[in-house]
Amino acid sequence: MAEQTKSRKQKPPITESLLTSGHRACAGCGEALGAKLVMDAAGSNTMVATSTGCLEVFSTPYPESAWRMPWIHSLFENSSAVACGMEAGLRALGKREGTNIIAQGGDGGTADIGIGCLSGMLERNQQVLYVCYDNEAYMNTGVQRSGLTPFGTHTTTSPSGKVSFGNPLPKKPLLQIVAAHNIPYACSATVGFPNDVQLKVKKCLKEEGATFMHLHVPCPLGWVYKTEETIEIARLAVFTGLFPIIEMKWGEVVRVRKITKERRPVEDYLKPQGRYRHLFVSAESKKEIEKIQAIADANIKKFGLVD
Amino acid sequence: MKQFIEGSMAVSQSVKLCRPNVIAAYPITPQTHIVEFLAQIVANGELKTEFINVESEFGAASVVLGASAVGARAYSATTAQGLLLMAEVLYNIAGMRLPMVITIANRAISAPINIWNDHSDAVVIRDAGIIMLFAEDAQELMDIHPQAYKIAENQEVSLPVTVNMDGFILTHCFEPVDMLSQKQVDDFLPPFKPVVKLDVDKPVTMGLLAEPTWYMETRYKLKETMEDSKAIIEATANEFKKLTGRYYGGLIDTYRMEDAETAFVAMGSLVGTLKDVVDTLRAKGEKVGILKIRSFRPFPYEKIREVCANLKQLVIFDKSYSLGLGTILQEELRGCFYRQKHQPLVSGFVVGLGGRDIPPESLIECYKKAQKGEITNEFVDIRLDVVGR
Repeated sequence: MAEQTKSRKQKPPITESLLTSGHRACAGCGEALGAKLVMDAAGSNTMVATSTGCLEVFSTPYPESAWRMPWIHSLFENSSAVACGMEAGLRALGKREGTNIIAQGGDGGTADIGIGCLSGMLERNQQVLYVCYDNEAYMNTGVQRSGLTPFGTHTTTSPSGKVSFGNPLPKKPLLQIVAAHNIPYACSATVGFPNDVQLKVKKCLKEEGATFMHLHVPCPLGWVYKTEETIEIARLAVFTGLFPIIEMKWGEVVRVRKITKERRPVEDYLKPQGRYRHLFVSAESKKEIEKIQAIADANIKKFGLVD
Repeated sequence: MKQFIEGSMAVSQSVKLCRPNVIAAYPITPQTHIVEFLAQIVANGELKTEFINVESEFGAASVVLGASAVGARAYSATTAQGLLLMAEVLYNIAGMRLPMVITIANRAISAPINIWNDHSDAVVIRDAGIIMLFAEDAQELMDIHPQAYKIAENQEVSLPVTVNMDGFILTHCFEPVDMLSQKQVDDFLPPFKPVVKLDVDKPVTMGLLAEPTWYMETRYKLKETMEDSKAIIEATANEFKKLTGRYYGGLIDTYRMEDAETAFVAMGSLVGTLKDVVDTLRAKGEKVGILKIRSFRPFPYEKIREVCANLKQLVIFDKSYSLGLGTILQEELRGCFYRQKHQPLVSGFVVGLGGRDIPPESLIECYKKAQKGEITNEFVDIRLDVVGR
């Protein structure tokens, strides 16, 4: 009886997620949400290799860990290669069957410093799902520009100023670069559409070979918006055509998420974000918005996002 | 059974007998034959392993890291520039206490680009927490790899071990080698049982963030382990001796040191040349022997003091130089005798950088010079007309 009373008093677990709550991510963190969606879709028979970055730092300050699954962090630029070693090791030991292997990293760890190891993994077509959590700058170290920072974005290393409108370079076409390795499946997704993320993770893990997910994860700290707006901002990136949702098989686009009815001008996406504040100050800066609109229009045309 | 084989072949045959589960291969900065031979061994069906061709040494080290983390026995080989590219990962492997063996064909570092032998590459990783053994000849290369795995995988150690071999002098030269049998190695080297590994049935988190409240303790534990590994390196060499009758020293080895007043100190293949030099000098009545440093990390301070107890002087030959400080082996040996009762004279010579030939006559000349008084950081056979002095 006493036992029962005691157990009744115990709080039910807040979550059964494989990435438990209580970690140190910021309120409204898109990456934490994204990782939770990915892990829960993959299930507990999954091993994870993670690059250095926010996700690693907020989830594993010794002696704490938020991961209820086998998880390893090595360095900034090698989660793909570490995952390949795990994959090969399990295969050699006869334990590969039934275990998913996920490698993951941020935009910098994937598209900049880690692209060499990633390319090796894709070329070898080892059965690993790589998830790139793209929050469009080096957020962990204080919002520095990465290869996936969009054109016109203010970061601490591509600041706006009297003679600058922020990042002068376009976002690297990561998904196409990955898909060009001719892997069975590569896709983009966004935490704005959580069900889609989880369906695609399951798709990835069914493939025999390397798969890739480019996951858009807004960052309230670095993008400078209200913490409760993460999902809305994420969806606006899609509806403006700035972050197209695509699926590619063996290097070919096989499916896109249409935005025919939802299409919005890029201002709607840029305006709520402090990182684009400098674009709304003068007639000259408005021209930069036109350039960003042109990028969105080109995406829409290229991938046929509007009927 | 003896075979006349290349040093790199001795390595690959020895590695094969250790039954690695995963081999990560990136052969080209610069190239040795080790992973090529292993690739052929795998292609011939003589070894069942996952042979992964990677895109760089950085990738190679990362792949063996991941393999070791799931409990697989892992192997890679590298050299010179490749080792430097691996360096970040190697520090990480040591910090994460992941056992594995990596062979390093020791070569000079660019610039100027030079693919020949010296020890400039190895010294770069001397502070990483990696056990660094130096082999003397092809026979030792055959015999040292099972020892290296046994040391690395000892649960009291659980660290990466590098086997260093002189580029070209050992990698590309043919020598008669008494081959180990599979049974000998299987009897000597038990299967790898990691202290901790990634396992879906027993999830662990590896590679956590250590804040200032924890980081120093991890380094302290590494320090302690490096100290403890000294006894294990010695015991492993002795056990191997029992099995095969062959012994190259544990942490150090000595040659004709019985009544020696002077000891030459060196690592790697130079010890072979010095043995001839010692024989020549001994024939002339000079009381000289050799102290071979087999384990550069952990550095065998105690053993060195022990064998140097009655020495008048040490003559040290370094194949590396810490620019702005001096020759590295010499500096470390000087440290050995600080505030000790017995302090032999210490002379240090720089030899063989970038593959410069080291003729016995030059070594004898160094011996004669050192007899007249301490010599520090002298570049042997330097071309004075070129350096303008």
